[in-house]
Amino acid sequence: MDLLAATIAWLTTAARWQGPDGIPTRMLEHLEIAVPSVLAAALVALPVGAWIGHTGRYAAAAINVANLGRAIPSYAVLAIILPISLRLSPDLGLSVIPTFTAMWLLAIPPILIGTFAGIRAVDRDLVEAARGLGLTEVQVLREVELPLALPVVAGGLRTAAVQVIATATLGAVVAYGGLGRYIIDGIARNEDDRLMAGVVLVAGMAITAELAFALLQRALVPRGLRRVAAPAEAT
Amino acid sequence: MLVDQPLLDLGWIGAHAGDIALRTLQHLGLGAVAMAVGFAVAFALTLVAVGRPRLLAPLITGAGVLYTIPSLALFAALVPFTGLSLLTAEIPLVLYTQLVLIRGISAGFAAAPPEVLEAADGLGYTRRQRFLAVELPIAIPLIVAAVRLASVSTIGLVMVVTLIGNNFGGLGLFIKEGIASFFPTKVYVGAALSVLLALASDLMLARLERRLAPWAESHRDVQPSASAPLAGLGPIGA
Repeated sequence: MDLLAATIAWLTTAARWQGPDGIPTRMLEHLEIAVPSVLAAALVALPVGAWIGHTGRYAAAAINVANLGRAIPSYAVLAIILPISLRLSPDLGLSVIPTFTAMWLLAIPPILIGTFAGIRAVDRDLVEAARGLGLTEVQVLREVELPLALPVVAGGLRTAAVQVIATATLGAVVAYGGLGRYIIDGIARNEDDRLMAGVVLVAGMAITAELAFALLQRALVPRGLRRVAAPAEAT
Repeated sequence: MLVDQPLLDLGWIGAHAGDIALRTLQHLGLGAVAMAVGFAVAFALTLVAVGRPRLLAPLITGAGVLYTIPSLALFAALVPFTGLSLLTAEIPLVLYTQLVLIRGISAGFAAAPPEVLEAADGLGYTRRQRFLAVELPIAIPLIVAAVRLASVSTIGLVMVVTLIGNNFGGLGLFIKEGIASFFPTKVYVGAALSVLLALASDLMLARLERRLAPWAESHRDVQPSASAPLAGLGPIGA
């Protein structure tokens, strides 16, 4: 309980909430790496996932590559890129480039697999019906498959965002800021209150993102499906 | 500086083969203990909760909340309590396996079609016989899929343990030392071996699945419906 009190004291000290090592700055740094890397991953994974989901072509290959990506720990990615990125830019190469790349790679598999699985799960009869109505392939994808797949696609984005927010903590290992700074510094300086404050802040941010995306996901269920989807969710 | 060193110093690797083998084994050991304990816990929990949605749903939600906590944060949070003991490494590793395993095992047990169960009942199987001879074999592909996912993520998470303390050994220590001493070779040895370890365990478990459930097609074909309960899950903060 001493530690709990110390952590609360640490978090509620006014000085912690300002300056370059202040909580708002660290939170902003955390989001500054997480948001762009998820967006950049979506830029790649959404079109590729939609295309393989729609055509069914190269699906096995793409899913295997995505799964292979999961086998590579982010900490290893950071470390692998570091010596190379330092050569490219002594400045950004130490912190921003390795952190961003590792987070980008981390976010691709869930978005890709979510998009693919969402589109594949669309009733093939509906797709055939859409084709029968004379819709072009692009229209089938845009008007039928994507809207129906949206909740699953959002699920992939949700996993990616939460994982990236959680994992961006590791950026502190390679001199990037973010909330991981408090954990790494807390361990290094043997300051348990700082460490626990970092733990609370990162976990809080990850859980907030999870909840926000859960709401978004619910809102994305097409209106016509909501009544059908609601009881299914309860089980 | 990291910049002045060659990216790969083969002489160092040759001279430290013993160290490399030792840390690979430490890494495997930490992961294997977590997987064994994690599987036993998840299997027992799922057995109790299966068929009881009121129990299973909160169990999965709870495991999901745990899964959201960044690994570095969870390891670090235990240090003030359990110090740098093995428990500090193993408790989070075991907890992180639970979501994937419980989802996979429960999906596996739900996979037996009702008519198959009825047929077994009609043949006079007891509950126990039906479970062992019918439900368990049908569940195997999904269970193994979950074990594969969990072991890959566990091997990644063992890397993070190093950031808490050096005494755990493992391949993450090469990366930590490599960054601290600006020696890229150590970084690459640690990273490459951890990836190889993850891939090797995934391949071995895939072979085991083929042996245990030769009829299953999940390993030949991409079936999003079969893997849907596990879709989008991967190592958190690894």
